[in-house]
Amino acid sequence: MTGTTNGTAATGAATGGLATGLTGGAGTAPPAHGTALLEARGIGKVFGGGLFSKRRTIALEDFTFRVETEPPSITAIVGESGSGKTTLARVLLGLAEPSTGAVLYRGKDLRTLGGGERKQFLRDVQVIFQDPYEVYNPFYRVDHVLETPVAKFGLASSKEEARAKIEDTLRAVGLRPDETLGRYPHQLSGGQRQRIMVARALLIRPRLIIADEPVSMVDASLRATILGSLRQLNEEFGISLLYITHDLTTAYQISRNILVLYRGSVAEVGDVEHVVQAPKHPYTQLLVGSIPLADPEQPWMAEQPPSEIGRARGDGVHGCRFAPRCPSAMEICVGEPPPLFQTDEHRAASCYLYTDSPAIPRDEMDRVLAPPEPVAPRA
Amino acid sequence: MQPNVLEVRDLRVYYHTPRGAVKAVDGVSFDLRVAERIGLVGESGSGKSTIALSLMRMIRPPGKIEGGTVDLDGINLLAQTEEGMRRLRLASIAMVAQGAMNSLNPVLRVGEQFADALRDHGEQLSKRAVEARTADLLTRVGLNANVAGMFPHELSGGMKQRVCIAIAISMQPKVIIADEPTSALDVVVQRQVMETLRRVQEELGAAVILVGHDMGLMAQAVDRLGVMYAGTLAELCDIEAIFADPLHPYSKLLIASLPSLDKKGVFQGIPGLPPSLLNRPVGCSFAPRCPYAMPRCIAEDPPLAEVRPERWVACHLYDSDVRREEIGTASTVATEATLANGATLAIGSTPFDRPGAANGVGTSNAARTTNGASTTNGSGARS
Repeated sequence: MTGTTNGTAATGAATGGLATGLTGGAGTAPPAHGTALLEARGIGKVFGGGLFSKRRTIALEDFTFRVETEPPSITAIVGESGSGKTTLARVLLGLAEPSTGAVLYRGKDLRTLGGGERKQFLRDVQVIFQDPYEVYNPFYRVDHVLETPVAKFGLASSKEEARAKIEDTLRAVGLRPDETLGRYPHQLSGGQRQRIMVARALLIRPRLIIADEPVSMVDASLRATILGSLRQLNEEFGISLLYITHDLTTAYQISRNILVLYRGSVAEVGDVEHVVQAPKHPYTQLLVGSIPLADPEQPWMAEQPPSEIGRARGDGVHGCRFAPRCPSAMEICVGEPPPLFQTDEHRAASCYLYTDSPAIPRDEMDRVLAPPEPVAPRA
Repeated sequence: MQPNVLEVRDLRVYYHTPRGAVKAVDGVSFDLRVAERIGLVGESGSGKSTIALSLMRMIRPPGKIEGGTVDLDGINLLAQTEEGMRRLRLASIAMVAQGAMNSLNPVLRVGEQFADALRDHGEQLSKRAVEARTADLLTRVGLNANVAGMFPHELSGGMKQRVCIAIAISMQPKVIIADEPTSALDVVVQRQVMETLRRVQEELGAAVILVGHDMGLMAQAVDRLGVMYAGTLAELCDIEAIFADPLHPYSKLLIASLPSLDKKGVFQGIPGLPPSLLNRPVGCSFAPRCPYAMPRCIAEDPPLAEVRPERWVACHLYDSDVRREEIGTASTVATEATLANGATLAIGSTPFDRPGAANGVGTSNAARTTNGASTTNGSGARS
């Protein structure tokens, strides 16, 4: 019941924001929400070199995004290697400092959190990394990764309660406690280890899980099971999920909204149904067309060569970053970087092909996001 | 139909460990036709990469090729001396390895690596002739000829993988083995590399064995597909046929578990885990996870047999005209089998019959097994 109410409230807020935007609200303050759980405000990250060095790599540029406390959402962040998606995850987790902008946790800069707030942040925002082999200490039994957070966050008052809690959590992600506990990491499969990581995140009952390629090293038959577990965390425990991946198919499967990153900036954003089923940005079109569909009757789409202007004058630094590879690159594309154009209620694309649609400032990108689907009551 | 270029018969490769022999490849047979593209797909540990390495005779201790024959145009590769095999590699059978970054020498320029390969195989070529040949090979894989003067670290992953393809085709082999050639690459680059491989393979008339775990990639890239499970081939047939109508229960579950852009939010994994390849019990390796398992499945190994024209399946369901009722009793038997083996695997529900029921995660299946409800589940599927 609460889920439905929240859903409606969010729709209201989104349409409200949209109205402001259409009436020439660009430049005014972003639509007022409550304090977001986690907010990236204009963050950028530059690696290497001095300020004027040519060897600087812009991993992330002027990125603004909010994860609200309620309602729980699932958003996918998709990009190829070098798109800045892992950098984004690290900055959001406070593992790397942004070069510009700030990450705010409940309105406070991550860098200025006090001890208690920091502990609360660590509890509220959990991460699942790509490699289920590297996160374990091989000398400890896997119980260790589950017992540590219980002790650290005081989740149980007795040993028995801790044990019961751990066992319940393992069952919730489809593992059998008697087959899992007491074993060393090398005695478990990659899929089991990754599910223990999901269990660990669940044990802490965070508000948000940032999952960086959680299934890319897991066999196909287990992939679906782990994604199912993540989805279940969202539906049953109200945990938001940022799903970071290079895989558009699983992103489509699990998320409501999707952000496509290309070389550190957002190429297309919005409802996953729009973005994946009918992509607007030429880069998203290329990505979707390159998915090897598990259907021999649907062959790969042929890649279009870049346009003459794109090939000759696109440098990927000035103007649109995709211009050097873009079949539709025009004169304007090699000049100024394109803003986001809101092509649909729940989608925006950073591409000059859509100048007929209203431009929206990058820091108001989240108003095109589709509201979370109301969670169907489970039988 | 094209004649066979490669015939693999009863290939067995074991890894000898202190705890016993791990039977990584346990009696695999298949044919590869001239200019054909065949795929070998399977989970990690299914033996697909071991097959690739043993065809190249590159299995290292504690691994050992225990038996079988690999006949390449009338030559049994497994009977060759080390020197004889060295001559055949690249010239007759070449490999594009997983992770191109690791197979190029980081301190040699790309051109020198071509020169090495050509000279090593007794090509008496002048420096200029080697350069011309290298330039030609690089152009054929869609690279600029000046790549020859570059070091591997100056190239992107996709470019390195193309260099590896160019080296692999430098002696015009009859068979190219590509072991997960694109697993480290992005989708766009993956497609470019696969298209390059396909183009040069067609120009050369070579046959390809593509080893991988990505069913989508297989659907796009091969003519026939072999599905590996626990060291054996579960199914081998035309790519269209296997996607349209998979026969082996493992193939069925595997294809049903693939995420697609058609249906959303259905997560259907395969419950349970692959068996240990150490001291594998008699019977079908997939039986403990199989929704169709029958008494026969735990008593005897199903042989790979041509159950329909051009369709090879290792499953007792196709031994004869198995009646539907017999299939239905499956789950009960499988539960007993699991317990008898001492293995602790969850038994699947029957997802093809009841898609709604399989919507959850492994928990529900595990719960069903422990409380003995899998029997009910089996009968539900039957009705």
